[in-house]
Order: sequence, then structure tokens, then C-alpha cells
Amino acid sequence: MRQRLVVIGNGMAGARTVEEILARNGDFDITMFGDEPYGNYNRIMLSNVLAGIEDESGIFLNDLSWYAENGVTLHTGVRINRIDRYARMVYGSDGSATGYDKLVIATGSSAFVPPIKGAHVPGRGYHQGVFVFRTLDDTRAMIRYAREHSRAVVIGGGLLGLEAARGLQNHLGHVTLVHAAGHLMNTQLNAAAGRTLQTTIEQKLGIDVVVNGMTTEILGKHAVAGVKLADGTVIDCDVVVVAAGIRPNTEVAAVSGLVVERGIVVDDYMRAQDEEDIYVVGECAQHRGQVYGLVAPLWEQAKVLATNVCAPNVSAPNVSPTNVGGPNVGGTNVSGPNVSETNVGATYHGSQVATKLKVAGVDVASMGLSAPERDDDELLEFAEPKRGIYKNVIVRDGRLVGATLVGDNGKALALIKAFEKGLPLPDNRAELLFDLGGPATEESVADMPDDEQVCNCNGVSKGDLKACVDGGCKTVSGCMDATRAGKGCGTCKPLVQRIVEWANGGSVEEDPAASYYVPGVPMPKSELMAAIRQHELKSVSSVFATLGGDEDAKSKMGLASLLKMMWGADYIDERDARFINDRVHANIQRDGTFSVVPQMKGGVTTPADLKRIAEVAERHGVPMVKLTGGQRIDLLGIPKEKLPQVWADLDMPSGYAYAKSFRTVKTCVGSDFCRFGVGDSTALGIALEERYQGIEGPGKMKLAVTGCPRNCAEAYVKDLGVVAIDGGKWELYVGGAAGAHVRKGDLLATVSSPEEVIVLTGRFLQYYRESGNWLERTYAWVPRVGIEHIRAVVVDDAEGKAAALDAAMDAAVGAYKDPWKERAEPATPGQFRTSLPLTVLPQVPVRA
Amino acid sequence: MKPIGSVHDIPLGEGRTFAIDGRMIAVFRLRDGSVRALSAVCPHKGGPLADGQIDLKQVVCPLHLYAWDLSTGCSLSGQEPVTSFPVRIDDDQLFVEV
Repeated sequence: MRQRLVVIGNGMAGARTVEEILARNGDFDITMFGDEPYGNYNRIMLSNVLAGIEDESGIFLNDLSWYAENGVTLHTGVRINRIDRYARMVYGSDGSATGYDKLVIATGSSAFVPPIKGAHVPGRGYHQGVFVFRTLDDTRAMIRYAREHSRAVVIGGGLLGLEAARGLQNHLGHVTLVHAAGHLMNTQLNAAAGRTLQTTIEQKLGIDVVVNGMTTEILGKHAVAGVKLADGTVIDCDVVVVAAGIRPNTEVAAVSGLVVERGIVVDDYMRAQDEEDIYVVGECAQHRGQVYGLVAPLWEQAKVLATNVCAPNVSAPNVSPTNVGGPNVGGTNVSGPNVSETNVGATYHGSQVATKLKVAGVDVASMGLSAPERDDDELLEFAEPKRGIYKNVIVRDGRLVGATLVGDNGKALALIKAFEKGLPLPDNRAELLFDLGGPATEESVADMPDDEQVCNCNGVSKGDLKACVDGGCKTVSGCMDATRAGKGCGTCKPLVQRIVEWANGGSVEEDPAASYYVPGVPMPKSELMAAIRQHELKSVSSVFATLGGDEDAKSKMGLASLLKMMWGADYIDERDARFINDRVHANIQRDGTFSVVPQMKGGVTTPADLKRIAEVAERHGVPMVKLTGGQRIDLLGIPKEKLPQVWADLDMPSGYAYAKSFRTVKTCVGSDFCRFGVGDSTALGIALEERYQGIEGPGKMKLAVTGCPRNCAEAYVKDLGVVAIDGGKWELYVGGAAGAHVRKGDLLATVSSPEEVIVLTGRFLQYYRESGNWLERTYAWVPRVGIEHIRAVVVDDAEGKAAALDAAMDAAVGAYKDPWKERAEPATPGQFRTSLPLTVLPQVPVRA
Repeated sequence: MKPIGSVHDIPLGEGRTFAIDGRMIAVFRLRDGSVRALSAVCPHKGGPLADGQIDLKQVVCPLHLYAWDLSTGCSLSGQEPVTSFPVRIDDDQLFVEV
């Protein structure tokens, strides 16, 4: 016979626990008792029902058919009055007696009504016009009554009170919120944050707020006429809502002999203390002294509980089912401290409570401490009362121990993650509170419509990502792989991450691969480099064979780049490790043809070179000749098999417009001709390109030198940009970008000679080559590593690495060979053979 | 089975396109020495699959980096499948059945 599982309580905790048990294929006959006459609804959404944002049908989580489909017997409107732990029976308000093998208590909480004179009418419950805000029935009654009245007082300035006040505004003209403590939401917020919230509530929503207001009496004989405060103030009103907190529903546990303090005391297995077969979950449970009133801990508890209830070894004590219900069934077997810990697997260790929500339309997030506790706690605080914004973070020993956000939740998810996981924090603590130099203010992903396109490169919408998560993909990288969102220019990655987190209910599973240098070898870059050196791995195939197991197509290019950087001339070049562009030294186009860009150092050319390019273009019928953004000339639409002949006819060096490498140095005309120029930018640009041409790296490197701060060569937005300033000095900016991501570079150093510029450029690029992640451009690498740190290494030589960096760069420069010389003999059979001989593919439209 | 040339026409770990009976077929020589054959045109935007990078399982189209299983032709990234063809090596000669 199947075991009988009885659940007391059909709220969010009870129903969620049953869902978790069903998800684990728990083999039980399940019976649930719900005090309320409904299926299971989302209590949190009652605020929205009150506010008229959502209608009742929208808040049901499991309607009655769900219970039938899952074979769950639901008794609604039945309250369980007593549990007989020895007979294993529960007794209901309808006179029923139900036997169980496992019992789950999920009775939740009730509204707490402080002893206020006049709140109750003797023998008739609440005074007419007085409401609490806990159930769907409470909400319905409140709406009905409020519509016919005009002034409300809400007692209680916590989360629930604020939501009630906001919701009531939709139904009557005037709402006053009376709060006993000195500031709103005093359990979660400090005084400053509470005051900021209060100002917003008063000014934007028009709700009157009274703090330090102890309500002593509700006035009015037959119906409510007002409330009276301890200081004698009287506030006229005809509706009163008491939202002064909740209390765990523990009566049934207490009368049945379970251990009850503030809540029903449970162990780490979510079992009632000293009980083997009685579990407790949700707001009625007290775990390690804590009672939780939020939904996230409840989810965690439900999982632990379900795992333990379903564990195969946890069987009922040795009681024959037919005897259950008899008066003398082995009570000694049931209780007692001998609950074997080996029988159960999962344990609950308490929850870090972090919340992010909209309170009465205002963004609020809070976690951990609301104010520093120790002398050496770091406190960062930002207040902008005019815009209703308050933020603080509290850091202890380098870890986030508390944070509060009011009016701007932009950083909430990042902070919650850092708080819950104890992540290392940025050295520049201000980044905890603000997005510095990052993309513009984050919009709320929850508010985005499903069809809004998130990835503009690959056309992926928010709904596509949500569907991917709902389909079982729980990691950011998994969703990116499956939808290709964020796999184009990459700008949308942070947004993709936030959507995946949101779709997962605020958290995602950590993807260990996110820290790998390439997906196919499970190591971050520094570890990988150490292993490569230790085993002297000089080819991509040897890296897979020694460190990675199976070779991985998507990892080859990154490994090839890394090995070439590490070993220089000793690198064993396997052509299949190269991307097609690097195999044929040209940039593949949408129709499978290639683009050819000859080197044009500093963007300076000659009539003779121009003539030669023109002749080649004409001779080969090049479909398009185009000036590039890097001040060069691009010949587009060259078939693969023609590449060697085009290079031979050009007889110019490759411009490297196709590789993850040093690309160009853009320059202005500098001091030779320009009347404003203060430095010879063209000569310096040419010298830089001459020296660092073709150096490969984790991403492309685009440079510029400009002859004055007017910045005609756009040096502020390059991976490395040099700006001549008056007095013969040069400024070096690094980490700039003006592509999909726009960022002004950080000033690395100001130096007095072109020679110093050349040395620092090489050292900076070499440090980036050694430390940057694969495909991580400098605009991401510089802020990640920190400009101060880079300056310390590159300019001040604080780590004593400068000489080694210079030597490594010298070696790379020395090993440079022009790839376009590789044309007389193909490097591999069919290197330049066409891959598209027959079918006419979509052609790039060619302008006449 | 049609002979299409020597296995040495394809460098280890790369692919080459062959025209066989009016069809374009990309033949890949894996690093374990075995060979695979797929229709040569990426169904996404017409990219040349033979120019893609491969491992023992997949080919990654060079244009937008969608991936296909070399043995079955099934997409590993949510695209249409490509046709796969039987291919074998006999005395260093490649044979494909179309």
C-alpha cells in the first residue's frame, strides 16, 4: 500500500512542497487541507489585485484541476484542529479524521492585530470598516468596502502596509499611513533610506505618512469614524486596514504537543523537533531561531523537505498500516531523539535574506545589514533625495554584508549575487553602487515585453530566452549557446544574463565554463598557461591530448593564438587550428569570397601605391573598392582561389584586417601640415605600425595617434590611443572603444618622447596578450583588471615584470613574417581551392 | 560509391568541397584519420562549411558559428539539418555515395 502524505495548509509553501515532491516522483497518496476555500494562489500578488493591476484569476498558481491531474485530494475550507502524533491522525474542523504516514505542516501566518481599543466589536469580529490584509477574502472585502467610502488609514508602515496604502488609493480618495516606528520599513531599511522612501511615497503617490504614530484607538460607534494616536492626534477616516505584521500559525502544532517557540521548531531536515515523520515548511517554521516571512527561503525549504520525504531509506517506522488509527500503536517508535541522520540527505542551513521588489511602485532592495555594526565595517552611502534615491553598501573583510537600494534597483541583482555568494568585490567600491563607464541605466527585464529583441545581431527576443530557460536550460552560457543570443557583437551579454537570471527566478546555476579561457579546456587562462609551460605543449592538438580530452572546434582558434603568443617561433602551427581567415590571410565575406586590405601604415599612401591598387582592382574585376574606418583601402569580393595572384600583383604587405591581432594605427596629419598639430602624429603612427604589425592577441587591437587634443584620429576611443599635447608631451589612453561598445579610454601615462610611447605601447599590448581572456577586448579587460593596476605594472613596474614584457614583445616582433609571402607554394593541399564551386550563393549587392 | 580523389587532398583536421553529380559536398578529414561528408552549403545563410573548423564531432560554419554534427548532419545550434553522405577511404582513395 502506498504511503499516505498529508499536508496541512494549501498556501504557497504547502503547494510548492507538493510540487517538489511530485517532481521527485514521490510515491504517495497525497491529501491536502486548506483553510481557504480556493486552490493555491500567489499571496504576494494580492497587492496587485488590490491595486487593480491584476485580476483574481491571474494570481492562481494551481487551480483545482491541477490537484485532480496529480492525484492530490484537496479539502478546501477545512481547518485541522489537532494532530494525534501517536495514532498518526489529523482531525479536521468538519469532523473528519485522516490517517498519515508522513505529515507536512504548512500553516503559514495570520495577520497580527495589536491590541487597539475599538478594533474588535465584542462577539462580532472586527469593527465594521476595519480590515486585515492577508487573504483573498480580506482583499475582496476591503475593495468592496473601500469603493463606498472615502478616507482610509493604514496602520503599519512595513512592506504590507505600504502595499495596502498604494492599493487602496485606487478605490478611495485619501489614504494616510500610520507607522509606529521612526521610519518606514524599519526592519529592512535604515533611517535615511526609510525617509527617502517616505518622501517619494508622499510626494509622488500623495499618501500622507505619519511616523512615530502609535495607534491607540479606533473611533466610531457603528462604523469607523477615525483613529486616535498616543499623542492625542485624531485622523478622520472611514476605513482602517491593520497591516502591523504577521504571526506564525502554530496553534495546531502547540495543542498537538510539538515544540513551538516563535514558530514550530524544525531541524536541518525540516522535520519538527524530535519527530521522524512530521515536517514543517514556510512561515510557520522556526529554523535555527529564524522565522522567515519571504518567499525565497520557503522555496529552499520546500526542496530540502521534498528530498528528505522522498528519500527511499526514510520509511515509516515499523508500524503495520492496518493498525494505524488504533489506539495503542507503537508510540515509542515514532518520536524520540533517535532519528537516524543517515536516513536523510538534504539539509537546510538557513537563508540569506535578500529582497528586490517594488514597494508601492518604488524600487526597493535590501539584504543583510542596513547599517554598519563594527568600527571597521566599510560604509558607502549615496543619497539624492530630490530624485528619491538612496543607496548604501556595507562591506566587512572584503565581503558584502549588507546593502540597501531605494528608488533605483539597477544594481540589485549584482549586489544580491555578491551578498549570497560572498563574491570578491571590485577595488573601486563605487562600482557596487553605480555602473561606471558601462552601458546606460539598466531597464527592468521583468517589464520588458516578451517580443522585445534582446540580441540585435542574431534576432533573439526576451521570450526566446525565457522559453529556453523554461525548457530546462539553467545557465547563461547554455542559453547563449542554444539561442546564439550574445554571440554576435556581444553588447547584449549583460542583458542576456539578467534575463536568464530573471527567468530562473533571480538566480542561475553557476557555469564553471564561464571562467575557462576556451570552452574545451577546463582552466582559466593563468592556470592554462602554467600547464602549457609545465608540459611544454607547443601545438593545439597536444594541449587537447594532455589537458582537455576531446578536441573542440570552438576552442582551437583561442588556443592557437595563446600558443603563438607563448612560444613565438617555436610554436608548432597546425593549420586546422586556424580560423579560415588565418588560413588564407583574408577576411571571409557573406558569400564566401574574401576581402583584401593591404597595409597602409598610419593611413599614409603614395600615388604609386594607389595606382598599383587601382590596377589590381581593375585587372581582377574587384566588385567593390572601399575605404575602411582604419584609413586603408579594402578590395572586396575576391574569390579564394584568386588570393595568391592578387597578393602577387599588389606586392604589398598584409594589413591584417582579418585576424585577432594588431590592426592599424589611425593618424591625423599631425604637425607637418595641420596648423593646430602639436606633435608629429603621422610619423609616430607609422613607427608604431611598423613595429607591432601583425602581433596576435586575445582580441583585435586598433590604435590611433592624434596630433592634438582635437582628436581627429579618434584616439580616445581606441584600444590604445596616443594624443599629442602642447609642450612636446604625449598622452596614452587605453581601453577605449567606439564599436558596439562605446568607452573613452583611461589615461595610462603622459610621456615626453615618441620612443617612450613605443616602449609603453609594446609593454601594454604584451600585458594584455598575456592576461586578457580570449576575445576579451581591451575595453572589457582594462576595467576588469583596473587601470591603476595596469599602470602599476606597465608604467611604474611595481611588479618587476616590465623587462620580461618588453623581451616577450621584442621576440614577437622579431618573429613577424608577412603572411602574404606565403603564396608561391600553398601551405596545405588545396589551401586556396574554392569551397563554393557550383551553386550561386546570395551575392553581396555590388554598386555600380 | 564514387571516387573523388586522394585522401591527401584534404589536410588533417580540415575540409574541402567536391562537386559530385552536380552536388556540392564538403568532405572532412578528422584528426583521428576518419572522414565525413556533408552537403557543403550552410542552410542558415549559405556559408561554405568546408571552410569551417572541425573536431571529432562537429563542424562550425565560418560565417556565423552555427554548428552541425559531422556524422548525422543534425544542427547543434537549433538550425535546419544538412545532408550527410556515406564516405570511406580505400587505399588512400576517397569514395562518396551520393
